[in-house]
Amino acid sequence: MTALPIKSIFILAWRNLWRNHRRTLIMLAAITVGAWAMIFMTALMRGMVDDMLLNGIRDLPGEVQIHHPEYRDDPSINNSLGAADEQLVSVMEQPPVTAWTQRVRVPAVISSERESRGVTLIGIDPASETDVGFDAEDVKQGRFLIDADDKGIIIGAKMAERLETRLGKRIVIMSQDPDNNIADRGFRIVGIYKAKLASLEEMYVYAGIGTVQKLLKMDGQVSEIAITGDDYRKVDAWYPRIKQAAGDDKQVLPWYEADSYLGSMLAVMDGFVLVWMVVVFLAMSFGLVNTLIMAVFERVREIGLMLALGMRPATILSQILMESFLLLLIGLLIGNTLAILTIMPLQDGIDISIVAEGMEMMGTSSMLYPALKLQDVILANAVVLILGIITSVLPAWRASRYDPIEALNKN
Amino acid sequence: MSSIVCKDLRKTFQQGDETITGLDHVSIEIAEGGFVCLSGPSGSGKTTLLNAIGGLDTPDSGEVTIGSTRIDQLSKGELADMRLNKLGFVFQAYNLIPVLTAQENVEFVMQVRGVSAEERAKLSRSILQEVGLAGMEGRRPSQLSGGQQQRVAVARAIVSQPALILADEPTANLDTHSSAQLMDLFVKLNEHHKITFVIATHDVRVMRYAKRLIKMQDGKIVSDELQEQQPMAV
Repeated sequence: MTALPIKSIFILAWRNLWRNHRRTLIMLAAITVGAWAMIFMTALMRGMVDDMLLNGIRDLPGEVQIHHPEYRDDPSINNSLGAADEQLVSVMEQPPVTAWTQRVRVPAVISSERESRGVTLIGIDPASETDVGFDAEDVKQGRFLIDADDKGIIIGAKMAERLETRLGKRIVIMSQDPDNNIADRGFRIVGIYKAKLASLEEMYVYAGIGTVQKLLKMDGQVSEIAITGDDYRKVDAWYPRIKQAAGDDKQVLPWYEADSYLGSMLAVMDGFVLVWMVVVFLAMSFGLVNTLIMAVFERVREIGLMLALGMRPATILSQILMESFLLLLIGLLIGNTLAILTIMPLQDGIDISIVAEGMEMMGTSSMLYPALKLQDVILANAVVLILGIITSVLPAWRASRYDPIEALNKN
Repeated sequence: MSSIVCKDLRKTFQQGDETITGLDHVSIEIAEGGFVCLSGPSGSGKTTLLNAIGGLDTPDSGEVTIGSTRIDQLSKGELADMRLNKLGFVFQAYNLIPVLTAQENVEFVMQVRGVSAEERAKLSRSILQEVGLAGMEGRRPSQLSGGQQQRVAVARAIVSQPALILADEPTANLDTHSSAQLMDLFVKLNEHHKITFVIATHDVRVMRYAKRLIKMQDGKIVSDELQEQQPMAV
């Protein structure tokens, strides 16, 4: 078996590529724009979804949650759990865990002098809470809680509006203690917060965890322990350790199970990215196939000559595929560079406040931060290269099947 | 490799509903070192016979033997290897790969055969010098005249020292001067390298160079004569 060395195939392919400069440049432009669009648009979409997921995880809160096994079905005070023991704390203090907090979360009724509403009362430890859930920056009027025994309460702006109350006024919180007796207490509103979703402002009120535990006679018990790490995508690497340390009598869930909607978003996004890339590629592939078919059509006699001289069909096939590979590779190199150059200046965020209301409805911020992920760049390049080569097989195969005599006599 | 033996070759082509006979029970023997011209009008079957001898086309029936090898029984891959290793081809046109230089075109066949780069460069320069193209190694086909291109094709055909060169209308696109130069080169190679030449042509000037002239018509051999070589006056 005789074959042309790869270096010679490369030289032939490279020179053939530039026989028709204009056509090659047009095709290169198409691949470049396609690759750029794949990477740039994916970075924007990924940035948007990242923002939605991070906001969602912060609202949960945490990438991993520990509850009483019955708590999620019946989030009452009776389904509380003991505070984290030493073994669990030591695991939660190890990287990649970056922060953790304990909370009390019970249904309650909040009443002003004018209105009453049903809410979720959340008892938090301000020192650890801000790294996991509630963002102190969200308090737009007044102050954040000072410590776990702070006697004040923070309510949402929308709730203040509904209760027709304001900062500094007193409200009454009413809930049930473990013995199913009504427990109530007056709180002074020390802060009013704004949430990304206005509905959240009506849903949650925050008080010091110590104060809430005392009110509900919980004796140091908590409703949940929320833990967060350095990357929500890598939670599977460390959450089993938490689960083991927590013990079998507790329910330990990663964020994507704690909120299956959030979990599905990631899978949907990954699927959408792939579909988007394939759609862009399909548009590109018509040009690619056309270019190669034309390149082959123009060289029928030359291919016939090579076959007549003793070149094997497989070598002809390799040469045409090499042309396609080089075309794709150059287009991808330029497209990747262009995408990186256009994404880098946007790392500080794109102000989309003009459509902020709509975006906030989806749980994203009014600033969009493109997220350039290596895996997306690899995927885009792999899609173009692999599908590009597969698409090129047909014209290459046709060229390799020519009969030398017929090819030499083609007009 | 020694002689060429064709026995009772038959080849037909389908053109629409019509069946055209390319070769009609043709039998010939060509001795080693021969200088044979196949002549005849268009459609007489000379190119078809040349292609059958070169393994570029398979006859419907009959035998083609080159040396001791029955080439009509070889597979496509084996035929490709035979063309690569044992035969040299010179076609009427489109003889060269346009993106390669003269030297690279000459080296092409050797590259496929796996000859080392050093050996290829040495041989190709020497052959190009022999065919009168010294100093033109780096030129691409578009930078060469028709005659020069044909000489590059000849250089490529002989560089692997084949025992047989098959040429199909090699002078069809050349002027008188270039045709004479090319044919003189063929004669020189035939005499000095003992290469067998089988040339299909309808050019009377080319036929004068033949030691043996085979005339064909309607797929049949109508005459087969030995003659004195009468080179053109350039």
